[in-house]
Amino acid sequence: MVSPEQIKARAETAVPGAKIEIIANGSPANQPSLLIDREHARTVVQFLRDDPALQLDFCSNVTGVDWLDRTATTKVKVKTLVDGEEKEIEQAQVETLPGYLEAVYHLYSMALKHGPVIVRIRTADRANAVHLPSLTPLYRSAEFQEREIYDLYGIRFDGHPDLRRILMWDEFVDHPMRKDYVPPDDFEYEPTPHDEVLARAKEHYTVRPSSDGAETLTAQA
Amino acid sequence: MLGGGILKGMAVTARNFVGSYFIQERMTTIQYPEERAPLPENYRNFPFLVFDGDDAHAGLRCVACQICEKECPPQCIYIVKSKDKKPDFVGKPQLYPATFDIDISVCMSCQICVEVCPFDAIKMDKVFELSRRERFDALLMQKAELAKSNEYYHQIHPTEATDVDAGLAAAAAAAAAKKKAVASPAPPTPPSNPNPA
Amino acid sequence: MTATLHELHEAPPRAMTSRLEGELLEVSLGPQHPSTHGVFRMNVALDGEIVRKLKPVFGYLHRNHEQIAESTSYLGSMPYTDRLDYFCSMTNNWAYALSVEKLAGIEVPERAEYLRVILAELTRLQNHVSLLGFLLSDMGAWGTPLMYAFREREKILGLLESLSGSRMMCDYMRFGGCRVDAGDDWISHAKKVVADFPRFLGEFEKLILENEIVINRTQEVGKLSAELAINAGLTGPILRASGVNYDLRKIDGYGFYPRFKFRVPLGDHGDCYDRLMMRALEMRESLNILKQAFDQLPGGPIMNPKVKIRAFKPPAGEAYGRIEGPKGELGFYLISDGAATPYRYRVRPPSFINLTVLEDMCLGHTVADVMVILGSIDIVMGEVDR
Repeated sequence: MVSPEQIKARAETAVPGAKIEIIANGSPANQPSLLIDREHARTVVQFLRDDPALQLDFCSNVTGVDWLDRTATTKVKVKTLVDGEEKEIEQAQVETLPGYLEAVYHLYSMALKHGPVIVRIRTADRANAVHLPSLTPLYRSAEFQEREIYDLYGIRFDGHPDLRRILMWDEFVDHPMRKDYVPPDDFEYEPTPHDEVLARAKEHYTVRPSSDGAETLTAQA
Repeated sequence: MLGGGILKGMAVTARNFVGSYFIQERMTTIQYPEERAPLPENYRNFPFLVFDGDDAHAGLRCVACQICEKECPPQCIYIVKSKDKKPDFVGKPQLYPATFDIDISVCMSCQICVEVCPFDAIKMDKVFELSRRERFDALLMQKAELAKSNEYYHQIHPTEATDVDAGLAAAAAAAAAKKKAVASPAPPTPPSNPNPA
Repeated sequence: MTATLHELHEAPPRAMTSRLEGELLEVSLGPQHPSTHGVFRMNVALDGEIVRKLKPVFGYLHRNHEQIAESTSYLGSMPYTDRLDYFCSMTNNWAYALSVEKLAGIEVPERAEYLRVILAELTRLQNHVSLLGFLLSDMGAWGTPLMYAFREREKILGLLESLSGSRMMCDYMRFGGCRVDAGDDWISHAKKVVADFPRFLGEFEKLILENEIVINRTQEVGKLSAELAINAGLTGPILRASGVNYDLRKIDGYGFYPRFKFRVPLGDHGDCYDRLMMRALEMRESLNILKQAFDQLPGGPIMNPKVKIRAFKPPAGEAYGRIEGPKGELGFYLISDGAATPYRYRVRPPSFINLTVLEDMCLGHTVADVMVILGSIDIVMGEVDR
């Protein structure tokens, strides 16, 4: 098993200009991942696949993650003049971190039987620049899974041979796994409408659907 | 020999065919409405509410804490708390559910409600012949229909019910002992917070 | 291991039926078709009887399981995992429980691990046996082998029911253990079922594996090279049928699998017949594991008492856990942000990814072979569409 630091060092020497960052993982699972920049992602992963010491020939799991815009509050000590005297005052700085979409690849080696090496690639934002290089030319197993990410998260994979919706129907417009997805306002009758369901029920139904009368027949029998 | 494999296979079929008249383990079908396969003791279908004694209202163990309503994965339980209180099995005044509905067209029999219930009030039933002629209100089980006696619970899950009874008796004895030890007629404190936020 | 039979029936690849001149005919196979194992559709372009193009169409059973799981508690997703691959709810439970245990660092008591192995292997038995029945049914052996298979499967489902309360929607495993302990009655009953199983298996093998029709329909049909199988991320019996020795029970050694002696069957042709044989041979190995597990089964608790049922909140972080399900590598990828619901919940569905190469396997074969190839992949739409 090669450590992520070693992989990073090897990949950065093999692919000049590649920026790789190790993302620590706080859970007891201890599976750190490698964040690779978009431009060099495919070359770096190709190196990981073909490098004789790694031979990550098996791309097991491909998935998308949606990270919304976040606000991080950091306390900064600022020197200001208060009543003609210079004082250090703690100020809360609110910083908006732009959100992004992320594709996560779990790579294993069937030849050397090690793994997982987790590769992450991030888009620039969540709205327009949602393009990532496709890894399907390297791993066929990514074909359907990248289509699924495109369908559910809206990441466009450049170089994918057949990027269409896969689970949702073709006319569907939104991407339902995004964290800010609002489901359409269609309502199914429930016999116990309460709280917010009741409010929606009132909008959609004026009368409860009448039964077909058959249960009164069975009750008499 | 070409066709030998097919002949071998046909011998197997013939053995199964003849055997299905004489050998018990090859006779697998039963004539359902007349004959019934025995249900295993652990079998579960839809939840019901247990009450002690004869009175479904007075003996109902449920204290309307709404934990099951919150934990239910498909959200099929609907509870409205009562305004007044009634004594529970140790004599403490507790709320009870004014409304307790389970939509069994939504319920998926996962028994998470049973696992999270701290009062042993909701258990899994074994009744499975529940077809109705109407798919909405007829499949909504209400409190009167859900409440079933502890004897019934003993009938369907004897081992589990005995364990539950022993646990409840121990809890009641502990509560009585505590009352005695305190001696002063202080109002009984409610047990573990029955209504978490 | 399959070589002897292959040698017996060494036949040249089946001659393709003569091609019709003209344009391709587009046919939509499914979604309501008894051979598509559920609501699965394939758009097939045909040249006479020969498949020239095949595009699978998914989503008829899509219910966004992942989104449901991201809005419910960790425990609340457990019964939903039963409904992924509804043939193997026990292994689905295990894969999910294993991932959450990795995420939160939970230890599992010894007896619970043994029970998990026993139930997973019983699940593998009943999955493989019903797959063989379905596969023969797809080939036109309508009913008889399937009913024999279901008769045996029913015995195993009876075991699952008497333990967990439900035949198929078991919802049996919990984070840090199992829900119900197996009593002595159950163990002796299970031992009897396992002891009786080889007799049926022998009979079933006699029924099908030397049958000339089965051999003609499956050998040299849907061949898959090891390179493509690895590159396309195939897992499970269909990968091993192509000769790749990759079984997570050996590789990851999760559960207590390193304590059991068993062999990993491998094919060397990668055709439908090898995939069929793979299931038959794996069942023998599963029976081996089961026998050892019953002998070694220790006493003790089945739940880790430290795990909370309600308000279970794993620390922030992520984990990917995977097991060797009957259909292949079943993995769960979880990201926690410290809340009671997972931030990201992803299922790696083996039967979905195994469908990647369906087109490659079907090209050049007839429409009737498409059904055999699809049947040999072993898909369940509950898992493919999620």
